[in-house]
Amino acid sequence: MALVENIQSNEARISEAMPGDYFALLKPRVMSLVVFTAFVGMMLAPGSINPLIALIAILAIAVGGGASGALNMWYDADIDAVMTRTKKRPIPAGRIAGGEALAFGLVLSVFSVLTLGTLTNWVAGGLLAFTIFFYAVIYTMWLKRSTPQNIVIGGAAGAFPPMIGWAAVTGGISLESVVLFLIIFLWTPPHFWALALFKLRDYDMAKVPMLPNVAGERHTKLQIVAYSLVLAVVAVSPWPLGLAGPVYGAVSILLGLNFLRHAIAVWRMPDGDATMVPAKKLFGFSLVYLASLFSVLLGEALVMKVLAG
Amino acid sequence: MAENKQDTVEMTDAQKKAQRRRSVALGLVLAAFVVIIYVGSWAKMGASLFDRSL
Repeated sequence: MALVENIQSNEARISEAMPGDYFALLKPRVMSLVVFTAFVGMMLAPGSINPLIALIAILAIAVGGGASGALNMWYDADIDAVMTRTKKRPIPAGRIAGGEALAFGLVLSVFSVLTLGTLTNWVAGGLLAFTIFFYAVIYTMWLKRSTPQNIVIGGAAGAFPPMIGWAAVTGGISLESVVLFLIIFLWTPPHFWALALFKLRDYDMAKVPMLPNVAGERHTKLQIVAYSLVLAVVAVSPWPLGLAGPVYGAVSILLGLNFLRHAIAVWRMPDGDATMVPAKKLFGFSLVYLASLFSVLLGEALVMKVLAG
Repeated sequence: MAENKQDTVEMTDAQKKAQRRRSVALGLVLAAFVVIIYVGSWAKMGASLFDRSL
């Protein structure tokens, strides 16, 4: 009788969640970026790694990244429910209960870290554990709701994967892997602030203090230009550091100039612009920018490995 | 008997289908994990895995 009452009051329920709903908790689109950048970090690292171990390491990094996404969705379900971009996620849509997502995220976190640490080394395993902690606790539970600089500091979580891939091969951290980290770290603010500009009302409704709805559009646009400028310079640095060749150098300069052009277009956009076309263009280009940089890095590294025999 | 019936809940077809699919997925993931750990251990330790005194 009690059970039936609980069901009627919606406190207990029988899940209708499909495996695909659990997969959605892993944020597959973010996971694809994590996999790709971690793989590039692995390929650029000096030294060698058994291909099977490399494959498992990438899988562990992907699952660890996904687990942090599940923990983020568990904690942010209230915010996700009011934002158009996120309200169809499994928890706000009612397909998965918060507690299930929490357990799912915790179990995958533990298993991914143990697998990576055991099969590669504990620097890589430790970095993955720190990444999950940083994203789930530092960013999601603390920064996201408390400061408009949330995405600046929290962006570090998304920037760690190439360092983890590098560490899986070398067992350490070096200037080169920090540069790969910095490229993603500096890319994150203009990427997310461009999104926040045209989703400003969403963040406002969810009471998330993003830069545009706290400091205003003008200040955000200036910050976008400033970060884009630093990003464009830092993104070229793998070339002089010897981590990449002249092809990467030329491509990174051209892409950086294009990024700056888009950022300046956003800066020139009148405040209160209803369509926000330049912001949408910057957001779209930023994805192409990062994917292109890491693709060229990967391409050059593979060519060098083939030439080296 | 009637009391016992009150304590159980009859699942709908959608709930049964979802439960079956989750069970299959969990089974596949666990089997994959076992294979991954086996293959990974073999790749990490290689021949030394079998080169040990009894």
